Amino acid sequence: MVKRDINQDQGDSASALYRVRRGTRRQTPFAERNIRVTGRAQLKSVTPRNDELTEAKRLELYRLQVEIRDCEQRAYDLFLQGLVKGTSHLSLGQEAVAAGFAGAMEKGDLSFCTYRGHAHTLARGVPMEKVLGELMQRDNGLMRGKGGSMHLTSVDHGVMGSYAIIGAHLPIACGAAWRAQYKGQKDVSVCFFGDGTTNIGAFHEALNFAVVWKLPVIFVCENNLYMEYTPIGEVTAVQHPAADRASAYGLDRIIIDGNDADEVFRTARVAFDKARAGDGPSLIECMTYRHSGHSRADPAKYRPAGELDEWLKRDPIRLYRSRLLAAGVNEAAVKAIEQESKRKVDAATEACKAAPASPAKILTTDVYADGGWAWRN
Amino acid sequence: MAELTYRDAVARGIAQEMSRDPDVVFLGEDVAKAGGVFKATVGLLEQFGPRRVRDTPISEQAILGAAMGAAMTGLKPIAEIMFSDFLAVCFDYIANEIPKSRYMSNGQVKCPLVIRTGNGAGSRFGAQHSQSVENWAMMIPGLKVVAPSTPHDVIGLMAAAVRDPDPVIFFEHKSLYAAKGEVPDGEIVERLGTAKIVRPGKDATVLALALMVPRALAAAETLAATHGIDVEVIDVRSLVPLDLATILGSVARTHHLFTVEENPRLCGWGAELASIAADEAFYDLDGPVVRITTPHIPLPAADNLEDLALPNAPRIVDKIRRSLNA
Repeated sequence: MVKRDINQDQGDSASALYRVRRGTRRQTPFAERNIRVTGRAQLKSVTPRNDELTEAKRLELYRLQVEIRDCEQRAYDLFLQGLVKGTSHLSLGQEAVAAGFAGAMEKGDLSFCTYRGHAHTLARGVPMEKVLGELMQRDNGLMRGKGGSMHLTSVDHGVMGSYAIIGAHLPIACGAAWRAQYKGQKDVSVCFFGDGTTNIGAFHEALNFAVVWKLPVIFVCENNLYMEYTPIGEVTAVQHPAADRASAYGLDRIIIDGNDADEVFRTARVAFDKARAGDGPSLIECMTYRHSGHSRADPAKYRPAGELDEWLKRDPIRLYRSRLLAAGVNEAAVKAIEQESKRKVDAATEACKAAPASPAKILTTDVYADGGWAWRN
Repeated sequence: MAELTYRDAVARGIAQEMSRDPDVVFLGEDVAKAGGVFKATVGLLEQFGPRRVRDTPISEQAILGAAMGAAMTGLKPIAEIMFSDFLAVCFDYIANEIPKSRYMSNGQVKCPLVIRTGNGAGSRFGAQHSQSVENWAMMIPGLKVVAPSTPHDVIGLMAAAVRDPDPVIFFEHKSLYAAKGEVPDGEIVERLGTAKIVRPGKDATVLALALMVPRALAAAETLAATHGIDVEVIDVRSLVPLDLATILGSVARTHHLFTVEENPRLCGWGAELASIAADEAFYDLDGPVVRITTPHIPLPAADNLEDLALPNAPRIVDKIRRSLNA
């Protein structure tokens, strides 16, 4: 079973759920940075201090988290108003994973997301209006309403798609990484997925394939403790669904505090360096929690009483804000980020409400490369 | 001009495209060092090296997923799925990922790749290594689907498939690998979406695909020699795009339409052709459209039973003769 005792609030520098132990049997890029964990996870963190992060980078990570939070919260509100149609899968509470990785990426790095992909799409710089427009299935949406919330894609931003069939995008990310390797290009493909993905075949095929071909790809498991409604521990043979499988593929067992954007950022940097150096893939399990339900308006009543409250104490944005102020960052700069985010999400909302519906003429466009749908002469 | 087997044509077709374009890469199970389980890719590793010709684990999802990711980002992969039956193992990529990515992304994502696969019966392998599944691919918007019947077309359609900007499923017929045909020297490039009239005739149009083409041609000779019936045989070659100009043009001349299909009966490719003919050629037809297919069964292993299942020349002759009351 996944350990869910988070009563010991370790404060902002702690990985409150799982200890990262120092002793390692062999030196790896992660071990050298004290990121690798071995053995059974305990409640102690040895995460290095954060002195490598500039204030500008810290403010960027904070801005990304705040903007994702505000946009996701707005998406939820718009869903309840009937303006976001179909479905939506929010990352409320999981913002630090998206921000930490996006903050560590270089231009040209590629993101492969799941249906819970709004956060990763926003984190790569896609405007809120494009995301909300797609959720609201308007003509101003990222794909003009042809994809919907589960398939956010912005190739110009390196967001190579959001995939709604569990596990499908892990092999696809391998292919993009293979192209980089083959052409001698330095970009890295990053594949984000949930804990539930670790029990589908494509996860295992992709990990083996990536290691055997030594591909520049990073697999990021966002372990929010629930596959959809079922606790992941009830349906998984090991405690840590991703990390405990890593050794089967010769990979380091890495579990980090996914609610700590700095820890995510630092771990990501090591994985990017490793990938760019030609040393192959990484698998990183980020412990986190979604504050909302699985999708739509799911009230998440399957969760034990009090669990959400405990995780709210470790809200990644609240923790990060405290850390910024403790580090002497001017509160005015922090507030400016928060105010600007609110302004952006309000402006995006109004623009989407005013946007026209998708035009009928695009119903049959872009099935084939000639722009149309003709299957016959 | 040289005589070449269908098997050797596969390697020549791939080599022709790999020589032309350094972005063409080839991956699959046992395709490199072993030269393929059907020996259809012998020599490619030696000619193009291990960077471009790569053995994979037995991971069909990884093979097609990797091909897709590579295609999306600038390569032109050719992926082999050893037996077409195994498309079921990685059907998510065939049905959900590869064909939909362009549409869902509003044209942002491109997926130019070729999936080659050994299709069809005749090897006495039983129900999981013998099916004809071209209809599985034909039904999916966003895919193109070809099935060559001659060594010449293997090369020409392979070139067309690799150069096409859309994903193409390339069905090779296992029972044709040993078949021989004349192939000109130099580059061969065909066009997708073109059917070929392989025997002109005036009394009926007979559509066939892959292994069914030589069987339809044999039947045509018998019909002519024994029954005085002169049928036109069309090698459909490309199910998507579908060359209805050639097919319906022929029906307008012959006024009768037959399909010879190896896939099981329900929702076989000929069902779509019959539907189209009913819509668009009804007043050209002087009789019902007749489909000659494998019955709606899993295929047996035993040679005599497998032979009974597939359309063969005597059955084609009998069906056409009875239908035309000749």
